[in-house]
Amino acid sequence: MSIERKLDPVALKADFPALAREVHGKPLVYLDNAASTQKPLAVIESVSEFYRAHYANIHRGVHTLSEEATTAYEEARDKVCAFIRAPDRRGVIFTRNATEAINLVAYAWGRSNVGPGDRVVITEMEHHSNLIPWQLLVRDVGAELTYVRVTEEGRLDLESLGQVLDGPVKLVAFSHLSNVLGTVNPAQKIIAQVRAQAPQARVLVDAAQSVPHLPMNAEALDCDFLALSGHKMCGPTGIGALYGRPEVLDDMPPFLAGGGMINRVGRMEATWADLPGKFEAGTPAIAEAVGLGAAVDYLDGVGMEAVWTHEQQLAAYALERMAEMPGVSVIGPPAQERGGVVSFTVESIHPHDLAQMLDWDGVAIRAGHHCARLLHDQLGLRATARASFYLYNTREDVDRLVEGIQRAQGFFG
Amino acid sequence: MDDLYREHILDHYANPRNQGTLEDADIVCEWDNPVCGDTVRLYLCLSEGRVGDVRFEGQGCVISMASASMFTEEIQGKTLEELAALEEGDVFRMLGITLGPARAKCGLLPLRVLQEGLRRLA
Repeated sequence: MSIERKLDPVALKADFPALAREVHGKPLVYLDNAASTQKPLAVIESVSEFYRAHYANIHRGVHTLSEEATTAYEEARDKVCAFIRAPDRRGVIFTRNATEAINLVAYAWGRSNVGPGDRVVITEMEHHSNLIPWQLLVRDVGAELTYVRVTEEGRLDLESLGQVLDGPVKLVAFSHLSNVLGTVNPAQKIIAQVRAQAPQARVLVDAAQSVPHLPMNAEALDCDFLALSGHKMCGPTGIGALYGRPEVLDDMPPFLAGGGMINRVGRMEATWADLPGKFEAGTPAIAEAVGLGAAVDYLDGVGMEAVWTHEQQLAAYALERMAEMPGVSVIGPPAQERGGVVSFTVESIHPHDLAQMLDWDGVAIRAGHHCARLLHDQLGLRATARASFYLYNTREDVDRLVEGIQRAQGFFG
Repeated sequence: MDDLYREHILDHYANPRNQGTLEDADIVCEWDNPVCGDTVRLYLCLSEGRVGDVRFEGQGCVISMASASMFTEEIQGKTLEELAALEEGDVFRMLGITLGPARAKCGLLPLRVLQEGLRRLA
């Protein structure tokens, strides 16, 4: 069923108008894809066309524009559902982003299911979006937050997972792919271990960094919740999704309340709409959802197997080139265990200064703690530089990065 | 317009079948269409595992009321298993008209009421 396909990053680059521009007189090399990706023309046009011809509020009107807008919005839900192989579209809730998806779970599920003495398990490699919501939850309800350790090589320490699961665990939340280390966590193995050792616990997968880059199968993963962001997968900002098991979502109280999420309203109480409407209060990001649907179509057209293979090859090439560079240290596991994320330090150059120098060369990277302060503390680092790849990056882009680093070393050295 | 407000639909709206209540019903359930506040309440009596008497009360648009009226005829004589197996497509076939997303909820309201009633029964 899987067709062996190779992607042509040079051809794909032409689909992204922003990638044709120059920065400081040099052709742009965009290597900040773990933060957000550029948008293909197909996505930009779909949002524009929707506003030009089909826009109205959804779910309410009987008129034609409202019907067309509703159809487009709900088709986008079907596309996201199929893209992540979720078993039931009722469990696909549109949110602003992965952060809001995780907060939805932390508030609506957490506040009614986690109590004093209970344990919430996360990992030391979490992005703040999958860390702060749980800090707030355990503080509010008197539960405890426990961490799965990260090894020096940047892998999850599965032995320490076994230890923390031995207790009153209510939730295990972890990222599928680290936004700093690039590590692909063995999600299926972790979830199987949770099911065996702590069957009462729910599992949330932060898939913000994985869904855009690899073939996702939420059903096979057997998680209870999965969070993603549209803007990291060629889609617009302001749209993301939570997938939740419908039976779990059905038992949860609402998160945000207001229009569109009710069934019947009385003076003192109300009942809730069926899924997914129960968790989509207020007018949602309609055009952005349509744009996300177009992004899914675009990625499907390229093929996620091909995207994943391409990014792994690019990361392997980057690791190979950087290994030859004196003073450059890469953090994280070897190439075969990581996606297209390479974080590194350059001796005696602060990552911010490096990013500044690279920007003058037209190369966009990220510098800082990448919203993973705890992980950097754990690794004994204040900040790192990060290059992260997507389907439109080429080996030449990696070469430009390497040349830029060398130039910076020459300048500061 | 002719596609939606066909003669049989208007007839069921003007002359609803099985409208009323049943005092000793085995299933009584009500549900709203939150979009417009339409309401349908179904009363079902079961005899020998099959649907005997059916009545409905409701307030709503032509589509939801005609659908409720036709639905009471549709489900008569069915077993609980057959009721549980009813799907949206069955209702659309029963109605014999094409409903867009905005009006689908109107036509599907009686089915939604039945499903809620069956859920509570279980």
